Amino acid sequence: MTDSIVVENVSKRFTKQYHRTLKQVSVAMMRRQQVTNTFLALDDVSFRVQQGEAIGLMGLNGSGKSTLLKVVQGVMAPDAGSVRTRGRIAGLIATGAGFHPQLTGRENIYLNAAILGMSEAETNRKFDAITAFADIDDFLDSPVGYYSSGMYARLGFAIAIHVDADIFLADEALSVGDKPFKVKCMKKLQEIKDSGVTIFYVSHAAGSVRKICDRVLVLEKGVLGFDGEVEAGIKYVKYDDESEGTDEELGSEI
Amino acid sequence: MTDLLEPQRPRDAASRAAALADVPLVSPAPTGGIRGILQHRYLLKLLVKREVTARYTGSFLGMLWSYITPLTQFLMYIFIFTLLMGRGGNIEHFAIHVFASIMVVGLFTETVAAGTRSIVRNSALLQKSAMPREMFPFASLLVSIYHLWPEFVILGIALFFTGWAPDLTALVAGVLGYGIIMVFALALAVALSVSQVFLRDTGNIVAVVNNFIRFGVPMMYPYSIVAERFRGHTDLYLANPIADAVLLVQRCFWVPTTSDQKATIAESMPDHLFTRGFVALAGAFVLLVIAQRIFNRFENKMPERL
Repeated sequence: MTDSIVVENVSKRFTKQYHRTLKQVSVAMMRRQQVTNTFLALDDVSFRVQQGEAIGLMGLNGSGKSTLLKVVQGVMAPDAGSVRTRGRIAGLIATGAGFHPQLTGRENIYLNAAILGMSEAETNRKFDAITAFADIDDFLDSPVGYYSSGMYARLGFAIAIHVDADIFLADEALSVGDKPFKVKCMKKLQEIKDSGVTIFYVSHAAGSVRKICDRVLVLEKGVLGFDGEVEAGIKYVKYDDESEGTDEELGSEI
Repeated sequence: MTDLLEPQRPRDAASRAAALADVPLVSPAPTGGIRGILQHRYLLKLLVKREVTARYTGSFLGMLWSYITPLTQFLMYIFIFTLLMGRGGNIEHFAIHVFASIMVVGLFTETVAAGTRSIVRNSALLQKSAMPREMFPFASLLVSIYHLWPEFVILGIALFFTGWAPDLTALVAGVLGYGIIMVFALALAVALSVSQVFLRDTGNIVAVVNNFIRFGVPMMYPYSIVAERFRGHTDLYLANPIADAVLLVQRCFWVPTTSDQKATIAESMPDHLFTRGFVALAGAFVLLVIAQRIFNRFENKMPERL
């Protein structure tokens, strides 16, 4: 098997800024308070992912999950260490990013698809599949500003899920839209998984991690605390048993 | 046809693994700089189109506005300068002098102002998508250029009626003038867009400086006044690349409309105009390289500050 994602000793330091304006900074300096402070969002994280593996990335809020995802995606560069990936990266991260409310659904599909890395030919080819998936045929030529929030989200989701990728990243609860749409999304994600795409899925939902993933990584305050089998990982973050019920109630069960 | 150009993506795990065997492991970070922008030409085109269409959607007259606005502006200059202030009495076609200059200065101020805000305005996109971030200041330049065309149409009509007959020198001057402005504006837009991320005051500073630029170049007044008042000290005034660019553009559009071109050049154009122009262009390119370096240096800290 080939490596799909190789993360080696990655660290990322963020700066906390307490005071922003000239007035605040000068007052703070007079009182000898700290003006800035840094903290490690990722601390020496290393792991390898094989092509076709489905990874669930878990951890409490603020543990660095989103930062790690952004580093793998290439949006953020690590301060130390290296990240290397093989093939094209896409995913449910930039859903609806760059949507302009005054442009029509059709124009926004082309724009958003290009942002996600699709060429014009590829978008043309998948256009019908996208609109059918989003189920917005009647509103294709209306500005997306007039869409209901469900339609807006569905359209963003439909475009993102149609990008051909070798690595598929997901940072959103797959709970967009109503139940039939959720079922459709789950089916599509399973299809993506079956076609040998590496999946990197950030979630709090133990149920969906259990369904999709075959390995779990757990981050604790920027440190990789657990790397291994799914059930053990869910147990490690204490999301087993009792959280199962809330999972369904929150609608993130797919 | 498109399928021939683009190989079918693998549908199952085995063929994907086989297809990926030759693909190297690389950093997921996007290629920046000119090369990155060239790789994303299609996306750039769509981003520019988004800005252009979004500007007039929902308005009944739509794109007509980009003709109406400069036309009323032009008529206003004719009225003020030719009829009201009587400046047209001693300077031929002063309205063209003003309008041609305002176009090129407008290209500069608009690009720098929009470019400075471009990264922050697209922060949602930048935090979620890995694309060369220089695209946004670059797109600002292209949008500003796109909005010039209606003004060129208005200017063209005016030139037609004043019997504009440019020689080769005039055309070279025009291209050089616009070249300086584009490279210089892009360099500033790239550098200031980063600055705006870390210090939101940048946008306000740019607005103040842009106000100075409008009066620091021979736009509302002819260069002859400067040459007369600052006799012996014009080099400082002409060290401003925007002033050189404006003069070059006037050399292209305004000078050929006057009845005695030689006299106009002697009176209203500085010495060594072309030398100054080429030096300014070279300087603008150097600045662009520096701006790109600054951009790369601070780019990594950008997503957390947006």
